[in-house]
Amino acid sequence: MDKVKAPILIKKGAEANLYLTEWHGRKVVIKKRLAKKYRPSRLDNQIRTYRTTHEAQIMHEAKNAGVPTPTIFLVDMKKTTIIMEFIDGKQIKQLFSNISVDKRKKICFKIGELVGRLHEYGIIHGDLTTSNMILNSEGKIFFVDFGLCEKTKELEAKGVDLHLMKRALQSTHFDFADECFKAIIDGYTEVVGSDTAKNVLDKISEIKKRGRYVAERKEGN
Amino acid sequence: MMKKSYCLGIESTADDFSVGISNFDGKILANVISAYIPEKGGIHPREAARHHAEVADKVLEEAFKKAKIKLKEISIIAFSQGPGLGPCLRTGATVARALAAYLNVPLVGVNHCVAHIEIGKLTTGAADPLTLYVSGGNTIVSAFDSGRYRVFGETLDIALGNCLDVFAREAGLSQRAGLPFGAMVEKIAGKGKKLIPLPYTVKGMDVSLSGLLTATVNLLKQSTYSLEDLCYSLQETAFSMVTEITERALTHTEKKEVLLTGGVAANKRLQSMIKYIAEEHDANFCVAPTQFSIDNGAMIAWTGILAYRHGVTTPVEKSFVRLKWRLEEVAIPWIK
Repeated sequence: MDKVKAPILIKKGAEANLYLTEWHGRKVVIKKRLAKKYRPSRLDNQIRTYRTTHEAQIMHEAKNAGVPTPTIFLVDMKKTTIIMEFIDGKQIKQLFSNISVDKRKKICFKIGELVGRLHEYGIIHGDLTTSNMILNSEGKIFFVDFGLCEKTKELEAKGVDLHLMKRALQSTHFDFADECFKAIIDGYTEVVGSDTAKNVLDKISEIKKRGRYVAERKEGN
Repeated sequence: MMKKSYCLGIESTADDFSVGISNFDGKILANVISAYIPEKGGIHPREAARHHAEVADKVLEEAFKKAKIKLKEISIIAFSQGPGLGPCLRTGATVARALAAYLNVPLVGVNHCVAHIEIGKLTTGAADPLTLYVSGGNTIVSAFDSGRYRVFGETLDIALGNCLDVFAREAGLSQRAGLPFGAMVEKIAGKGKKLIPLPYTVKGMDVSLSGLLTATVNLLKQSTYSLEDLCYSLQETAFSMVTEITERALTHTEKKEVLLTGGVAANKRLQSMIKYIAEEHDANFCVAPTQFSIDNGAMIAWTGILAYRHGVTTPVEKSFVRLKWRLEEVAIPWIK
């Protein structure tokens, strides 16, 4: 952790604080999971250590799956800290409402392809929201925040992953959630094939029905 | 001639039958609650509905006595139209329709979840909070945006209160009037010391509690751990999960108030956790007083007034109960 100069806090998140700084001449982000004093310290340490290591490992693996992620430079388990590449771009969440329908559909299609690649590789992101995707100046979409990810190829996990994506769209981008999700599924289908995509979609509606107070016949409305 | 106006609200979504009376300024004149306590097992919808039908006239009578007003002074009848248990909802709706027809006043069907948030705001002074609503039937993290209460986080399966209740029943505890299962678990948990590793399942801004319940019940049956440690560990794990998603939603929505409501809001340990994260992000922490955080008629009466003032009434032919009426389906015209 040497040679880190005057880090600037860029985001005080729920999961971690993000600092921007220079490290060995590179622009980097330091992601530090601070202790959550509301929960018992043993449980808290367990969660933070697990998520830090897991996140670093899988962010690296995601590259093999063909999904752009920031490069990891250093993981400090004791300090539950990761130093990673700074991605110069914009959160998808921020630019979504200011672009044309076509552009948005294209981005969603691409997101769907990336999720498809992760799932084919056996990676479940676990927190697919438009805040966790960054579009850089070259038009490349990076996935970040792998703290809740899982390594599995189970249909159930894939279904939950996309169900959460859909829910995140509905709560944050309610005006065009449906068109976005449709484009994401199109992109997803392109990668995983229509048989798998259909199984995952069926799973999503099954997962939805497990929730509290869900009108069964309203799927797709 | 100035005529004082009041709204009478009927709540009957689950095990409580309640009548509340509110005036147009949000002054609550009465809030009478009668709880159905099953002899064995969980809520049987038909038995609960029978209880509601039996106590309805007494609860109404008591509400009018408390409010010190006459039946004909009521100018709106509001009722909990959903979500909830069919037979229970229908009993409340029937009482509401009969009263509205008899008095010849408008009927307003209210969404139960909206009502919890609105009474929480009224009684705590919160203006635009992120709400954690935790009860036997609901576990929802919600905030207002563009005309609706949006659901940012929720349970993927069972509700937090349900999780605690089922565990309490499995442990052989029995519910008594004035001492719900949640309060018993809280009391026993206070004597627990050892944190037993249990499944901690946060998925995005949602939680899953069914695995945690199953695991805790299995450990209970093996009798390796004391009931105190099990209650303590169950509470710590479940509450940490809902607190984590509430914090996630708080940083996502950047609201400046956090409102805790629903039956589980009475739990002091949960209160302290939510208070902690609210302070961490410079937000005000508010918790609805217990009689207004559990299921109550006052919240239906008050929300009925808010809706009525904005032209929302429910014609009898559209007053059928809506068992699965989700929070974000309801238009909220009273917030700009």
